[in-house]
Amino acid sequence: MATLHFLANPARFRRFSQRVLPGLSAVTALALAAGLYLALVESPPDYQQGETVRIMFVHVPSAWLAMAGYGLLAALGASLLVWRHPLAALMARGTAPVGAVFAAVCLLTGSLWGRPMWGTYWVWDARLTSMLLLFFLYLGHIALSRAYDDPERGDRAAAILALVGAINLPVIKFSVDWWNTLHQPASVMKLGGPSIHPAILTPLMVMAAALLLLFVVLVLLRTETEIDRRRLEAAELAA
Amino acid sequence: MSHAPFIIGSYAVALLGFGGLLVASLLARRRVRRELGERGLERRR
Repeated sequence: MATLHFLANPARFRRFSQRVLPGLSAVTALALAAGLYLALVESPPDYQQGETVRIMFVHVPSAWLAMAGYGLLAALGASLLVWRHPLAALMARGTAPVGAVFAAVCLLTGSLWGRPMWGTYWVWDARLTSMLLLFFLYLGHIALSRAYDDPERGDRAAAILALVGAINLPVIKFSVDWWNTLHQPASVMKLGGPSIHPAILTPLMVMAAALLLLFVVLVLLRTETEIDRRRLEAAELAA
Repeated sequence: MSHAPFIIGSYAVALLGFGGLLVASLLARRRVRRELGERGLERRR
């Protein structure tokens, strides 16, 4: 908690980010290389899906991170509205485009998996539709945070959207249990543990770790830029 | 039906999405830092 308070200061966060980003980027590149090797070379074809299972190594982590990113956005929104943390708004501005890209990659790769497996690119199934809604919530957050001349008003409006939109997260997660969906039920994050063979689960988890690192690198990079942009705006106003 | 185009397409989408965002983020940071530098608010790197 003390660390969070320490990093809530934008100038301190900027120094911290500048210090950790080079090393973290190198670790991310290595993790991505290892993940891609396992996903594309080492892992066997699935007994039902065949080679198409390789799409899952990008699709599933993208879905997890798009959802986790929105959870972070909601937490930042609460931090801004309740405690007025100076960093929360800037980090939310940095996080939203990253989450939107992860959600888009999830939707597009899912669609490319669906065509050979289900015979269609898209169905208005509860899981797919709630995931599409998540993508639109990200776009709404980006648009709303930039919609006002006063950036603080935009940040507060976007924070409210982030909090309200968080209702969609359990809907995405449990949509496959609550409704009859074409999308298969959970096979990794479920009670009783994963039901996937280790030969498929290992590359999936390595890719998930690599993409998590990439997500963190992108959020740090964009938050740092937002801090600098706010400094620039302050300097322009003072001039 | 060959599944290869769908697999290649998926990894291409991921590369374009994540790679594109990374490049755009790096360019945006460089642009803001240059503007800060021009105003004497940032040491040039």
